[in-house]
Amino acid sequence: MENFEPEIVAFCCHYCAYTAADMAGSKRISYPANVKIIRVPCTGKVDAIHIMKAFEKGADGVYVAGCLEGDCHFKNGNTRASHRVEHVQKILEDLGWEKGRVAMINMSAGMGERFAGTALEFTEKIKALGPSPIKITNTDKHHKTIG
Amino acid sequence: MITAEQKPLNEIINYISPYDRIILVGCNECVTVCAAGGRKEVGLLASAINLHFLQQGRTIEIKEITLERQCDPEYVEELVSEIDRVDAVVSMACGCGVQSVAERYKETPVFPAVNTKFMGASISQGIWAERCQGCGDCLLGITGGICPVARCSKHLLNGPCGGTSNGMCEIAPDVDCAWCLIWERLKALGMEKRYEEIMEAKDFRPAGGGGPRKIVREDLLL
Repeated sequence: MENFEPEIVAFCCHYCAYTAADMAGSKRISYPANVKIIRVPCTGKVDAIHIMKAFEKGADGVYVAGCLEGDCHFKNGNTRASHRVEHVQKILEDLGWEKGRVAMINMSAGMGERFAGTALEFTEKIKALGPSPIKITNTDKHHKTIG
Repeated sequence: MITAEQKPLNEIINYISPYDRIILVGCNECVTVCAAGGRKEVGLLASAINLHFLQQGRTIEIKEITLERQCDPEYVEELVSEIDRVDAVVSMACGCGVQSVAERYKETPVFPAVNTKFMGASISQGIWAERCQGCGDCLLGITGGICPVARCSKHLLNGPCGGTSNGMCEIAPDVDCAWCLIWERLKALGMEKRYEEIMEAKDFRPAGGGGPRKIVREDLLL
């Protein structure tokens, strides 16, 4: 797995992380192409099942990027999302997976550098953890994962 | 409502390991409200089971169905078209639902995915607490609407005991002393006299001491 390039799904809040990604783009700050962004109206919209489905479809890591604490456009969607992330971490631990494969990250719309920085950091972390356990077993079967 | 909590994933997986096709059946009633076995939890558990078996290089077919009410034969009947296509059923309903399914489909093994806990009320989002033990002879009219059978750790009918401390029970600092609650409530209602009436030993036969309980309503029989 030397050339392992993880597939990472990032659920990004429209009001902060998604705009921060846009900001990173405007500033020509690059971030790893491993990160596939899914824009959501608020991270409070992200349910545990969405994260689980990402793993089922072959994601090696998933993160939910929401507004800074106390800054949620919808009051407390980001807090709810972080509880759901913790719930999924528990499920992953029950399965014998590393809980670090899923994370909650907070940032504001202006933090383009932080978006790129966390994307890089998370990608490196998942590279260190290696492919998702379902990929290790199903390497031959798993030609196409997330598409 | 009847409250429940999901069983440890390992236990559920041990039940279903020998099978290739299962139905995961949720219930739209109590277990949906207490977030243990509704449609959402069925989806999450199915996903976790999938991940577990994929990790082993195995896939099992999981059909997700959530019935309106798993403790009613009319709704349990809805599984009839699916039951022959699967090797086992995993039920996310309370013990009543699991047994209803097992009784209807005798040829198919049925496994519980939740532990049924107690009859409780929602205290706040994500917190449920026991409020009724189904004793069959309700005392709430005498005790100011607070049940000593369900909420006193010793089920005392003439409390409190010496273990009460500043309104809390000795078993844990976050457990209210039911008898303190009863006294405060009766006082607020101006019904202190009720407290002075000594209750006789309770007949626990209607509480289940007389064997499995049943209600028969002749007027409703078909």
